Order: sequence, then structure tokens, then C-alpha cells
Amino acid sequence: MRITEHPILDFQRGEEVTFSFDGQELKGLAGETIAAALHAVGVKVLGHSHKMHRPRGLFCAIGNCSSCLMVVDGEPNVRICVEKLKSGMRVETQRGKGRLK
Amino acid sequence: MKEVEILIIGGGPAGLSAAAAAAGLGASVLVLERDDKPGGQLVKQTHKFFGSKKQYAGDRGYQIGSFLIEQCENDSKVEVWADTTVLGIYEDGVVTAEGKGKHLKINPERIIVATGASEKMIAFPNNDLPGIYGAGAVQTLMNVYGIVPGQRVLMIGAGNIGLIVSYQMLQAGVEVAAIIEAAPTIGGYLVHASKVRRTGVPILTSHTIIEAYGQESVEGALICKLDENWQPIPGTEQDLKVDVICLAVGLSPLTELCFQADCQMKYVPELSGHVPLRNKYLETTRSGLYVAGDVSGVEEASSAMVEGRLAGVSAAYSLGYGNDVAPKLQAEALAELSELRAGPAGQKTVNGIKKLMDKGGVVC
Repeated sequence: MRITEHPILDFQRGEEVTFSFDGQELKGLAGETIAAALHAVGVKVLGHSHKMHRPRGLFCAIGNCSSCLMVVDGEPNVRICVEKLKSGMRVETQRGKGRLK
Repeated sequence: MKEVEILIIGGGPAGLSAAAAAAGLGASVLVLERDDKPGGQLVKQTHKFFGSKKQYAGDRGYQIGSFLIEQCENDSKVEVWADTTVLGIYEDGVVTAEGKGKHLKINPERIIVATGASEKMIAFPNNDLPGIYGAGAVQTLMNVYGIVPGQRVLMIGAGNIGLIVSYQMLQAGVEVAAIIEAAPTIGGYLVHASKVRRTGVPILTSHTIIEAYGQESVEGALICKLDENWQPIPGTEQDLKVDVICLAVGLSPLTELCFQADCQMKYVPELSGHVPLRNKYLETTRSGLYVAGDVSGVEEASSAMVEGRLAGVSAAYSLGYGNDVAPKLQAEALAELSELRAGPAGQKTVNGIKKLMDKGGVVC
């Protein structure tokens, strides 16, 4: 959910762009991270762990922890907490360790 | 190969302050920052800082961040490469980095490591559920992207970060169910704790989390009271319905590069982990390699900025710059650090540094 009113900060928001998440069309803002865009529309589960298949979500949001790896435009293991959203991006849940094409 | 006099790794409060100080004496400086813009965690701090005017007291963190960034941008002696992650410091002094998909090599005469710290984790059942965040992640989501992490939160840790981030969540319209703290007293400053308490949020000391629960993401948390031996007291369990659990349980210095560069390291709990041995001008046991900020022991942004200034001046001075003013600037910075560490919270750091530099303890 996006903050509409804030007592201190004035958010400089980018223009609206469309991207896909597991085939579903979603809207986000240019310049924000993919993780921020997914969070804004309420997507909290970003993948599942390899062995125990436990749900994985955003944890550190600055590229440290690898909890948010997804497939972006066919490239696996992208840290979506630091990867900026672009119009037309294809974001997919990663299964397993990912394979380079 | 890029040649530079002083290479600074990390563009947060310590790194930017180091850059401005070194360039101010005439040295050429390159700052490498892995994020797409410098400023570190300062850009996420909406609260006003304390200290003296020289440490930007009264200004909000993000305003200080903008000021430091501007100062570096306006100095022709400072170059900042954002989106650039340092990969290694080699025996011959060459530093390698990845920037915009390219492998880069830099050959600096001096290095200042200002990589900061990362958040600690604590162990409890289901601590890996989506909806459990480090406090820094919540700040990033809210204060950089303007997105709330959820609707109702349990904050773990009543140090300054736990208190400040709780208040920031209230400002963003998130309900804070409680702040719990395992220690018997609140760790953060009274002024931050009071601000939160005035809004009616309970701060429960001697309380811990038993477990988080939820199917695909957090739906609640069980907490309980601890006795004087830090053991759970049966019958004091409470079930809090929350969709967010925020961890503010301390930071660890990000010292990988110091280890790799073969700096002598020691584990000092008062400084929050393994930290490099260094002299009072912040030069490590690897000649020409300095540290500043949280990587040299977790403190606050105020002291990180002064340490940055001290390391920057010292590195430039060692290259022959500022012979007339450098000793005075060093003495000023050292006096400011003593002043910042004069309070009860600072005593821990002072003890930690003493332990670090003592002969005893295991050096690795």
C-alpha cells in the first residue's frame, strides 16, 4: 500500500508503468524497485525455498540477503529489491536455482 | 586501470565525510557506492540528529545526506561512482569492482573502507516468513519508496533503531501493536522512547518473541515475559495479531573486505562483532588502509561522520597534503569523538575500543 500523506516526506514518484508478474499484468512506478512495486500491490511471497519449499519474502531490501531472487526478463537470480522497475518487464517466480539461457 | 590517490569504499555518512575531508586538503578521491545513489542509510532517516552544530544537530538525517552528497558533487577533486560494488582488495593494492556490468580495476595509494553494517537476525520458529523484515528494510520501503510494509506491526528491539522506526511507521499510518525488548531496560534514548510512548504504543521490556505464525506470510506472533535470568515465565504468553514483525536487534560490521585485505581482526562484543585493529587515526594493521564508521564498530551516523573526517584527513596527510592544518583537524575530530562518546551509551564504545587495542584477546 502506498503512503498518500506523510508529515515530513514529500515523495517524488515516477510515472506509472505496466509490467507482468507470473503472467498477470500489474502497474508500478518507474524508478522504484521491482520489490517496491510488488509490495505496493500486496505481493509478499516472492518465492519458496529450494528444499523445504517455505515461502520467501523481502527481508533486507538493500541487496544483502538474497531472500528476493526472481526471474526478470528471463534472467534468474535477480535481486528484485535493488533492480529498478522498467515498463514491460517480465517478472516471474523462480523455481529452483535458475538456469542461464 | 584507474589510478587515484584515495579510494573510499562506501558512500554513506562515513565515506562521504572522508571524501570531503581528504579532497579539502587537496587529495584526489574516488568513492565507490554499490547503491544507485550515495548517502547510505542517511537518506532514510527522517528524525532530527543530536550532538553539536558541527555534527548537524537539529537537521533531519536525509537533509544531512543531501548536504554531504552536494558537498562531494561540488568538489572537483571527488569522483563518485554509484552502482559499483567492490569485489576485492588484492595483495598488490589493486581493488576490483563491478560497475554497470563491467569488471573494473583501481590502483589507489590509500584505501578507506567505510562499508557500514548489516542487520542482525534472531532465532525463533518461523523467523523466515514473509512479513518479517529488518528495520532498515522497513525504512527503505517507507521513506524511500513511500510504501508501508503492512497494517499492524510487532517491533522487536527497543534500541534507538527500534524506537525510531516504530515512530516512522506511526507517521506513515501503520499501527504498532507493541515494541518488545528482552533486556530489562529500554536501550535507546529517552527522547525517542517518550515520543513513541506518548502515542500509546506499549514498550514491553523483559519480553521476547516465542514464535511467529502464519501460512504464507505473518499472521501473528506469540510473545512472553522473561524473568531476571532471561527465562520465559509460564502463563505470561500473549498472542498478537500482526502482519509485520520488524527486527531491530542490532547490526554487525560489514568487514568482509577487511578480512580479505588481511587486516588483523578481533571479536569485540561492545563494537558489535569482528572489527579491524587500528591506530587512533583509524589506520588498520595493513599500511595505508583506513576504516571509518560502522565497519570499525557499530555506533551512530554522527560518530561515523566524524570518523570519516578523521580517516580522510589522516589518509590525505599521509600523502603529504595539508601539512599545516592536518594535525589540528585530526585533534579536533578526536576531541569531537570523545565528546560524542561521553554519555552512558558511548561508554560501551570507549570500552570496546580499549579492548580492541589491548594486548589480550584473540587476533585473527
